[in-house]
Amino acid sequence: MNAVTHFVTPDFLPAAPEMFVLGMACLILVVDAYLSQNQRWITYTLSQLTLLGAALLTLMLHQTEPSLTFNDSFIRDAMGGVLKLFIYLVTGLVFIYSREYLKSRDLYRGEYFVLALLAVLGMMVLVSAHSLLTLYLGLELLSLSLYSMVALQRDSAVASEAAMKYFVLGAIASGMLLYGMSILYGVTGSLDLASISRGAALFTPGEAMPAEMPGGNTLFIFGLVFVIIGIAFKLGAVPFHMWIPDVYHGAPTAVTLFLGSAPKIAAFAMLMRLLAEGLGALHGEWQTMLIILSVLSMAAGNLIAIAQGNIKRMLAYSTIAHVGFLLLGILNGTLSGYGAAMFYTLVYTLMSAGGFGMILLLSRAGFEADRLEDFKGLNQRSPWYAFMMLLLMFSMAGVPPTVGFFAKLVVLQAAVEAGLVWLAAFAVLMSVIGAYYYLRIIKLMYFDKAGHDAPLVAPRDMRIALSLNSLGMLALGLFPGALLALCSRVVGTG
Amino acid sequence: MTPADFPLLSLVIWLPILGGLLVLALSDKYAQGVRVLSLIFALLTFVLTLPLYTRFDMAGAEMQFVELIPWITTFNIHYHLGVDGISMPLILLTSFSTVLVVLAGWRVIEYKLAQYMAAFLVMEGLMIGVFAALDAVLFYVFWEAMLIPMFLIIGIWGGQRRVYATIKFFLYTFLGSVLMLIAFLYLHYRTDSFAILDFHQIQPFDLNAQILVFLAFLAAFAVKVPMWPVHTWLPDAHVEAPTGGSVILAAIMLKMGAYGFLRFSLPITPDASAALDWLMITLSLVAVVYIGLVALVQEDMKKLIAYSSISHMGFVTLGFFIAFDIFRNTGGMQGAALGVEGGLIQMLSHGFVSGALFLCVGVMYDRVHSRNISDYGGVVNTMPVFASFMVLFALANTGLPGTSGFVGEFMVILSAIKANFWYAALAATTLILGAAYTLWMVKRVIFGAVANKNVAALKDINPREFLILALLAAAVLGMGLWPKPVTDVMHPTVQHLLEHISQTKL
Repeated sequence: MNAVTHFVTPDFLPAAPEMFVLGMACLILVVDAYLSQNQRWITYTLSQLTLLGAALLTLMLHQTEPSLTFNDSFIRDAMGGVLKLFIYLVTGLVFIYSREYLKSRDLYRGEYFVLALLAVLGMMVLVSAHSLLTLYLGLELLSLSLYSMVALQRDSAVASEAAMKYFVLGAIASGMLLYGMSILYGVTGSLDLASISRGAALFTPGEAMPAEMPGGNTLFIFGLVFVIIGIAFKLGAVPFHMWIPDVYHGAPTAVTLFLGSAPKIAAFAMLMRLLAEGLGALHGEWQTMLIILSVLSMAAGNLIAIAQGNIKRMLAYSTIAHVGFLLLGILNGTLSGYGAAMFYTLVYTLMSAGGFGMILLLSRAGFEADRLEDFKGLNQRSPWYAFMMLLLMFSMAGVPPTVGFFAKLVVLQAAVEAGLVWLAAFAVLMSVIGAYYYLRIIKLMYFDKAGHDAPLVAPRDMRIALSLNSLGMLALGLFPGALLALCSRVVGTG
Repeated sequence: MTPADFPLLSLVIWLPILGGLLVLALSDKYAQGVRVLSLIFALLTFVLTLPLYTRFDMAGAEMQFVELIPWITTFNIHYHLGVDGISMPLILLTSFSTVLVVLAGWRVIEYKLAQYMAAFLVMEGLMIGVFAALDAVLFYVFWEAMLIPMFLIIGIWGGQRRVYATIKFFLYTFLGSVLMLIAFLYLHYRTDSFAILDFHQIQPFDLNAQILVFLAFLAAFAVKVPMWPVHTWLPDAHVEAPTGGSVILAAIMLKMGAYGFLRFSLPITPDASAALDWLMITLSLVAVVYIGLVALVQEDMKKLIAYSSISHMGFVTLGFFIAFDIFRNTGGMQGAALGVEGGLIQMLSHGFVSGALFLCVGVMYDRVHSRNISDYGGVVNTMPVFASFMVLFALANTGLPGTSGFVGEFMVILSAIKANFWYAALAATTLILGAAYTLWMVKRVIFGAVANKNVAALKDINPREFLILALLAAAVLGMGLWPKPVTDVMHPTVQHLLEHISQTKL
């Protein structure tokens, strides 16, 4: 690109949803300061309206053709649009599920909502990033918001410890990512993903690089390794998963719910932007790395989850296992594979939101329903929610007719198409191990007697949303065609 | 809409599922309503499956009552249903058995009645779906989804060790099935389609790939049949399941493994089947002989019947896989058809007989709350009507001529002689072993002097139980005396199948 000699006003329109969310987050921060505890519902409503408004803006600005702005560092494309819509949807669910929980723990304050909205903003920027700098900006905004959210319960030692761990490890991972990015910048001389992609196309393993990129081969691999470490940390792939169980466990459940759902969509977007769009030409190199991450994640996640007695920890390890599956879709390096991984990600975030939502439903003031035993005899206490949890658990285990099965099916197919039948076989064997700990929850709910008969109390909107969330697992399982078609249509449009 | 276009298969799949949801909505507060509604749906489904037989074109081997709607277009997956002479009788068996199961649970089940009935109705729809599906993904969805209600049935209404048994059942079958899924994905990779009939046409298909696909299918189907040595879930599941669960397991679920061999393994990988038929025949004969001996020493009646099921299903797989030896020996397929059809008849007959025996044990268990043979003796003195039914079914289990058990076993043995004399000789030992373990149990339970005061206090069967057992007795005798209506349905399909598998795909 030629040197820009005069200031050009960028086209702000593609970034309108981001600006709207930012403006609203600031507004809520100010408004909330003047509200008493009884008026906190205004903050809540404004936050939900922000998500709704952002969704409407995203829909209105939808274009099939991608458009770039801010010196090509920001992209609006169909994939980004769909991912953002799901981020709003999941965050909206998170707000509904967590309201009661926050109230009963004196956490029902503006900070939770503002931080969550800023995290949403970070995810949106990340999703729309088209240069390394934008990407990093979005990632840091997301991460910093999440660190503070984990620490929201100031007087809880566990939560503070979790936040500290998360912050230190997260900072190291960010450093790694930044180092990798700087190497990529050094090789290609650009932060723009399109230029990096063009540079990567010159990558020729085992041969000398063109004169304009001396030492490019080695440097590319070097940069790639660090970038992948950064991504693997954010996704929580083994061996960069150490933070996940502690943070999921230590954070207040309402925060874990948020942490375990929407940011996975952003992490997927990061994976797509960096690996598929930026370094797609290095596919042969990163495929092997992803295979290793995937195999380790599936094995460690599923095996360690069996030993957990705390359901938040169990779901944390199950997340790790799911990330292993998600990577199966990516590592083929084809559009259909990316579509499969995207489908997996979206389905997973919905399952995860529902699963943590159930824990919130069972929790009461002064009582965390985060032990496995707390699910005992749920079928006697409430057959309806036991059935909802059953759907969520079977969906996570990948048993039809729930949508979790189709998510597994499409990523396995991507692996088979990549010629990695052994990997697919390994993955399904791991999913059998995984089925065991999901079945255990169902066993507790259905086959065991309840320890107490306390009725489930929850506001109506939460009950409806949670039921729709869980029934959605069944409905999407019976009719997965539309979402699958959407995913495979929008990936790679950028 | 002409009668030919009417989506009859969809109706009989979704009607019981809908019924199950309605029953669930009715809840336990209206127990009698739940029972009546369940029975209505079960009967209605059974009546609606009858046209599958009456309007079946006996001359053709192609799929009938076909429904084909795109389902997941991105991956070329269709909602594709249809039946042939192999699957249609099994659908009838399913809808018939469900009626009996609903009746059998009538007064016995008190805890969470609505969930119990709903689970069986939903499962009925899913099981019919398994037999009717012609798209691999659709088949897999039904095949796996069926595990969910069964898992709950054993786990909620089962006996002492129900949790162990049901988790073992689920994981065993799940492990086998996921390997089948990989095989489907590989076959899709080859054909770019998930239609089972397209899988049949893959050509050329080299032997190594065929063997891998065959083994993946074997993992799924051998567990389900179950074949020795992956049978160990069955005695546990059978013993712990409530009576209705045992009946469905024995009568329908075991048949799905055998059905899978005919629908997938044989036609998709005929060369691998031929190459590995020694393995299948060995495993079948081990099941027949060794498991027969194991059955002899059981002290629990349900366990005894469970082992007898494994032994009888060994006959079925034997009947299917001796076909290749007959091709080699005679070059023709006359005897082979006898073996496959014998296996199929044996499947149906076993569905009736083992179901009936489990119901008989259920009748006694409801009164005495014990399954141990030693807790009984002289039941004939207090329950004469029941005793005559039980003896009839026991004789059918031993393969007495005139009962359905005889027809299938006789056909398979006849066919086995053409393959190899020793196969036939070993298979025929079942006539002795089967008689030994079944009749010995009958002798100890039914005959002799009244053993204890529990037996002395027994009341004979009530009209409901009489109706259930009489229906089964009619089926057993009917198929034993006049099997032609059943074999006529199967014949063209089996002939077509054998022609298909006698040609190499290499």
